[in-house]
Amino acid sequence: MISLVGEWLTDPANWSGARGIWAQLVTHLQLSFLALFLAALIAVPLGLYIGHTGRGRVVVVNLAGGFRAVPSLGVLFIAVLLLLPRLSGEAAFVVPSVIVLVVLAIPPVLSGVYAGVQQVDPAARDAARGMGMTGGQVLTQVEIPCALPLIFSGLRSAMLQIIATATIAAVVGLGGLGRFLIDGQATRDYAEMAGGALLVAGLALTVDFVFGLAQRLVVSPGLARAE
Amino acid sequence: MIRFDGVTKRFEDGTVAVDDLSFEAPAGKITVLVGPSGCGKTTSLRMINRMIEPSEGSILIDGTDTGSLAPAELRRGIGYVIQHAGLFPHRTVLSNVMTVPSLLKWDKKRARDRALEVLELVGLGGDYAKRYPGQLSGGQQQRVGVARALAGDPSVMLMDEPFSAIDPVVREGLQDEFLKLQEALGTTIVMVTHDIDEAIKLGDRIAVLRQGGRLAQFSSPDDLLAHPADDFVASFVGRDRGYRALSFKTAEVPIHHEAPVRLGDRLGPGEEWRLVVDDAGAPLGWVHADEVTGPLSATDLQLGGTLATLGGSLRGYLDAALSSPSGRGVVVEGAELAGTVRPDEVLHVIQAAPRATGETILSPEEPA
Repeated sequence: MISLVGEWLTDPANWSGARGIWAQLVTHLQLSFLALFLAALIAVPLGLYIGHTGRGRVVVVNLAGGFRAVPSLGVLFIAVLLLLPRLSGEAAFVVPSVIVLVVLAIPPVLSGVYAGVQQVDPAARDAARGMGMTGGQVLTQVEIPCALPLIFSGLRSAMLQIIATATIAAVVGLGGLGRFLIDGQATRDYAEMAGGALLVAGLALTVDFVFGLAQRLVVSPGLARAE
Repeated sequence: MIRFDGVTKRFEDGTVAVDDLSFEAPAGKITVLVGPSGCGKTTSLRMINRMIEPSEGSILIDGTDTGSLAPAELRRGIGYVIQHAGLFPHRTVLSNVMTVPSLLKWDKKRARDRALEVLELVGLGGDYAKRYPGQLSGGQQQRVGVARALAGDPSVMLMDEPFSAIDPVVREGLQDEFLKLQEALGTTIVMVTHDIDEAIKLGDRIAVLRQGGRLAQFSSPDDLLAHPADDFVASFVGRDRGYRALSFKTAEVPIHHEAPVRLGDRLGPGEEWRLVVDDAGAPLGWVHADEVTGPLSATDLQLGGTLATLGGSLRGYLDAALSSPSGRGVVVEGAELAGTVRPDEVLHVIQAAPRATGETILSPEEPA
C-alpha cells in the first residue's frame, strides 16, 4: 500500500497537466488564500474594535463558539442550493465553497485579534494615553504591534483549517487537492486517495511554516523574549 | 504651578471620589498626594492630565485652564510616570523614550539625541538604549519610565506610585537619585503615594487626603510632622513622627577626632573598638581588639553602622550613633571620614534645639 502511494506520488504523469497535482495545488492555494483574505477582512477590524473598546465581548465569544459548531458540508450544500438559481457557471459552486471556508476561518481569526488586543498590558495602554497618544495612535502604535503574536496564531490556525477543509470544494465538482480524494474514492484508487491526503497535510504544514517565518520577521523581538 | 480650584469628581454611580479639592502645587517643587486607599489621590492626579475629567471646578497649569486644551495635546506637555512603568514591550528602550518627541513631531535626530541624553540622566547610558523592556529589571524599567516622561522636556510631571513596585533597597537609591535629578531640572512634580515615609522624604509639600476625597491637611513635611491638623492626620503620619521630624532639623553636633586604622595593620593590646578606613579615607567598618589576631583583614570588619553626613540632619547623626557597634557614630564628608559623634551628645543637641511652637495636637494613642 505504502509503495503504491509512493508510486502515485512520484509518477511524473500525475503531476503535470490541467488536472495534475501542480494544477490542483495552485487551485487549492488560490481558494484557501481567497477565503483567508475575506475572513480577515471581516474578522480583523471587528476584533480590533472589540479589543480596543471592550464593547461587544459577549457577542464575540458566543458567535465564535457557535460558528465552530457549524458543519461545513451542511453549509456547503445549503449555500449551493440557495445560490445555484442566482449564479451561473462555475461561480455557483465557487461562491458557496468560499462562504464555507470564510465561516470556518472567522472564529479563530476573530478570537486571535480580539484576545491579542485585549491582553496588552493595561499599564502600557494607560501610559500611551497619558503621554498624549490619540485613540488611533494607541491602536496602531501599541495595541496592534503587541497583539501580533496572537493575531498570527489566529491566522495560522484559520489557515490550517481552511487548507484541510478546502478539499470539500471537490464534492461540488471544483478543483483543488480534494479532487484526488473524491476521484480516488469513485474509482477505488486508494493510492490516489492516500496520496491526495498526504499532499493536503504537506501543503498545510508548508504554508504554516511560511507564516511562521513571516511572523518572525514582523513581530518585535521584544515580544518574543517575553514568552 | 498647578492650581486645584474646587475640584470635585463624582462618578456615574454617584460615588464622590474627590470632594471640593483646592490647593496649589508650587512651581519647581515636588507636591505629594498621600492618603489611605480610596482617598481619591490617584483620581486627583489623573484629573490634572484629564485621564479623568473633573465633574466640577477647574485645574490650572501656570494659569491655563486644562479644560481649554485638547486632552492629547495637553498630555504631550506633561510627563507621566506610572507604577509599573508601562513601557511598550515591542519597542526598544530608545524608541520608548522617543515616544513623546515623536508625538510632538520633532525631527528624528533631535528626538534621538534627546532620548539618549535623558537615558544618560537616569543612569542608563551606553547599550541600554538598544535593549527591550523585557530584558531590564523592575528598577531599570522604572528609570526608563522616568526618562520617557522627561524626554519631551515637560515643565510638569505627574507620577503615580512610581517607586512602590520596586524592592526596598533599590527603591531608596532611586528616590535619592530622583531628588537630585529634580533639583537639577526644577520640574514641577505632583506625585501620588500611599507611603507616608516616601511622602515625607520626597515632598516639598504634602497633601494628606482622607476617605471620600477631602483634603485633610496641606503643608510642608516638617510642619505635617510637628502639627498634624487632626486625629486622622496624626494617626496617618504615624507613631515615629517625633523621630522622623529630626530629618528636618540640623544643628551643630560635637565631632570627635577618630584615629583610623587600615587593613593589614595590627591592633595593640587594650585597644577596644577601632575604625578601619580604606586608602582614600572612606570608612570600611569597625574592628574589636579582642576578636582580632594578626594583621587586619576584610573578614574582621563589623558592618551595619549607618553613616551620617557632616552638616546633615539630626536624624542622620542619631541613627549613626545608635547603629554603630562601637557606640561612636561615623560622620563622613563626601566619602571621607570626618570624625565620630556620641549618642548622648546628639541627644543633648536635640534637647537644646528649638521646639515646634504650634499648638500641640495629640493623637488618640498618646493621651496627655
